[in-house]
Amino acid sequence: MLETIGVRSMDDLLVDIPQSLRLESLQLPNGLSEFETMAHVSALASRNRVYPDRLTFRGGGVYRRFIPAAVAAVTSKPEFYTAYTPYQAEASQGTLQAIFEYQTLIAELAGMDVSNASLYDGATAVAEAAMMAHVHTGRNEVVVSGYVHPEYVQVLRAFGDGRGIKVRKGGEPNKKTAAVIFQQPDFLGLLVDAPALTSVAHDAGALAIACVDPISLAILAPPGEYGADIAVGEGQQLGLSPSFGGPHVGFIACRRDLVRKLPGRLVGTAHDAQGRRGFVLALAAREQHIRREKATSNICTNHSLCALAAAVYLTYMGPYGLRQVAEVSFKRAHALAERLAALPGWELAFPERQFVNEFPLRVPKASAVVKKLARKGILGGLEVNRWFRELKGVLTFTCTEVNDARALDELVAALS
Amino acid sequence: MTEPLSFELSRPAVDPPRLPEADVAGPAPSDVLPHEALRSRPPGLPRLSEPEIMRHYSRLASLNYSISENFYPLGSCTMKYNPVLNEEAAALPGFAGLHPYQEEDSVQGALELMWRLERALCAIVGVERVTLQPAAGAHGEWTALRMIAAFHHSRDDRRTEVLVPDSAHGTNPASAALSGFHVVEVKSGQDGRISLADLESKLSPQTAALMLTNPNTLGLFEREILDIAEMVHATGALLYYDGANLNAFMGICRPGDMGFDAVHMNLHKTFTTPHGGGGPGAGPVGVKSELVPFLPTPTVERTNGHLTLDHKRPQSIGRVRSFYGNFGMLVRAYTYILAMGGDGLGQASQDAVLSANYLRKLVENDLEMPHDGPCMHEFVASAHNLHEDGVRALDVAKALLDRQFYAPTIYFPLVVPEAIMVEPTETESKATLDSFAAAIKEIVAQARTEPQTLHEEPKNLPVGRLDEVAAARKINAYLQGQSEDPILRWKAPSKES
Repeated sequence: MLETIGVRSMDDLLVDIPQSLRLESLQLPNGLSEFETMAHVSALASRNRVYPDRLTFRGGGVYRRFIPAAVAAVTSKPEFYTAYTPYQAEASQGTLQAIFEYQTLIAELAGMDVSNASLYDGATAVAEAAMMAHVHTGRNEVVVSGYVHPEYVQVLRAFGDGRGIKVRKGGEPNKKTAAVIFQQPDFLGLLVDAPALTSVAHDAGALAIACVDPISLAILAPPGEYGADIAVGEGQQLGLSPSFGGPHVGFIACRRDLVRKLPGRLVGTAHDAQGRRGFVLALAAREQHIRREKATSNICTNHSLCALAAAVYLTYMGPYGLRQVAEVSFKRAHALAERLAALPGWELAFPERQFVNEFPLRVPKASAVVKKLARKGILGGLEVNRWFRELKGVLTFTCTEVNDARALDELVAALS
Repeated sequence: MTEPLSFELSRPAVDPPRLPEADVAGPAPSDVLPHEALRSRPPGLPRLSEPEIMRHYSRLASLNYSISENFYPLGSCTMKYNPVLNEEAAALPGFAGLHPYQEEDSVQGALELMWRLERALCAIVGVERVTLQPAAGAHGEWTALRMIAAFHHSRDDRRTEVLVPDSAHGTNPASAALSGFHVVEVKSGQDGRISLADLESKLSPQTAALMLTNPNTLGLFEREILDIAEMVHATGALLYYDGANLNAFMGICRPGDMGFDAVHMNLHKTFTTPHGGGGPGAGPVGVKSELVPFLPTPTVERTNGHLTLDHKRPQSIGRVRSFYGNFGMLVRAYTYILAMGGDGLGQASQDAVLSANYLRKLVENDLEMPHDGPCMHEFVASAHNLHEDGVRALDVAKALLDRQFYAPTIYFPLVVPEAIMVEPTETESKATLDSFAAAIKEIVAQARTEPQTLHEEPKNLPVGRLDEVAAARKINAYLQGQSEDPILRWKAPSKES
């Protein structure tokens, strides 16, 4: 090959690199065989403690759910996972159609007009929605109402700092407010009055951004029904493993009149000369590779394969499977809440508030409780005091279809 | 061949899958929640049996082109083979089953992996620390710019501009703008490299940073990089490295040594985590010591072999993503680095450079080469020479699709008309490169003799060229309320029609 190129050595191809910059070698060990590599990586994995699904009662944004085998069977197809962003539509119809189906599924679930192709996670989805509201209204402040996931708010602040957008926690929106952001159910698992928050936002001329739990939408009114302008959320529960927090998928869907301000990729239908239907990347003029510094967002690579997983999951469940999952979780969580609140000294932290399948309890010696459960092989509630000073002694417990009736008994027995 | 949508395949007669029953006495949602909190009708999800679902997605998979199948010469995207071992590693229950809010003492292996990956990336690019939090390249760019902004602010220096070469990726100016900077473009010179004279004229006390890709998007090494770094630093600005082209010089040289202060890396390019049809990726950012205080929280720290997450960093730009980044991708990249080692990574970059120069030589008389070689890991050609035959870069791309290749990146970088950007990577054998060059020669010959036939390609794919203009018109009609066909999603046909 060197001969064809017309040079004598590799160094002749690297002549543009100043000699003073050239390395002898990397300060890294030499490579390993596949067997040795896996032994090393497995040893690291074995230094982690993995709690069984059924004994995991901790949520806080990442949940254990039943994942149908079909999900991995599809996402592990090399035709999907080793393809690039579908720039050449004719050779990428599989990915494009799958994303188009995902967009439709999310829009249906959220009751919104249009969903994008995916974002990184729930946190960046909230931040991107806030940016949309800022551009749409020309206002420089967003109001975060109630217990929105603290990490989402931190990411929102980091995004806001760059754009000069102020993030205000609580209080009424006013004529400077671009959006009111709320989470339904909130970070503690409690239901908020989403229609009222939406009205308050609209009365101030602001947008309403609803951060929602996708599984809960099988039973709860979706953002489209109460008039929210943008629906966002974390899609991890739709067929993705916890994986220490990622990769998961952020979703974002909006009303028709906001579509031009949506960040990221969008897939639409198109036809070829023979009239065959196909799928293409649409409205690309919003995006960074065309508009550069005027783009709606800088996002390029998104979370396509995770969106595919979500699409397979939702297709597998169908409308009634999804409702079954949500209802079983709801019933078990309510049964568990009642039993835990009956323990001596334990009480619901907000007894007047409704919840779906995660709930806060005020308990004596919260840290000791969590440690005790860990010793018994149970991943117990989440100490939310680390983010919210006023919630001292509060643990949030979560319950889904993977926490069977016996697991509930074991949890209660471990605490008795 | 096309495949109906899952919604079109849906049959109301399909029962939902068998799922756990509650098996406890608890209320149903409608027993306790107010009516207005409940969904009024079920979401319009399709109803398919598992065999129907598996066949649907298998058929969709068959409509895709992927790196597992053949050559993917997409310039700037580094489509190299994704080792299957990486997938096995990420799926280990000890990683995949971890909850991000588990106690630190129960996730020491995961934190150790992150710590070691950080050290390895530091060694590869020559920096002090790395944040693994950003989820993709653009996210990494933006994170780096937030740190650069925080650095200047900490010195009471309110710099407002970021310089970006005209050959840069679109994400560069977009990330700078989202970080609150005004973007100033720097021109490329005749030789395809940044014009030092233009750079000189654009640098000012307002300059916060210069964003640079090296080798640049033309595949050319910025040989005056040390002078560039000196000029930038002399004005008090910092130098940012776009890691899209890192595959060109692992083990050969390091951005840190070139004078870059912040360096982003795409694990889904250089470090073989699969691209997934558009992500997830991961875009870690490395920084020199002056930017360390501004790293996103949390960082992973190691003291006496014990690993912790450090959330208390007073000067940090804060959090840029929930949890700790795309951990599953970090496992894959770490596995790759371990298997390759320092020796293997160095060889990979050398092979990538060799492949690019070899392929460039094979086609240099068929397409225009706007700049002199040698190139690094990729080269940019131009189809401008086919202009007189009415053939464009797009036609060449579509004709390649018909010949069992994916197309190179086209019309980028913007500074080359009819650009065709080819990045072969170290994955490809000489035989593959030869057959790709032969396909280019065949297409160019076809352009000379029957150019009109090229406009009709691709013919061998599931669909022919799709009319994006007509699609855009329909989308506009929908967005303006003149049509109820959304185009951007499926909608059940209305009952009346």
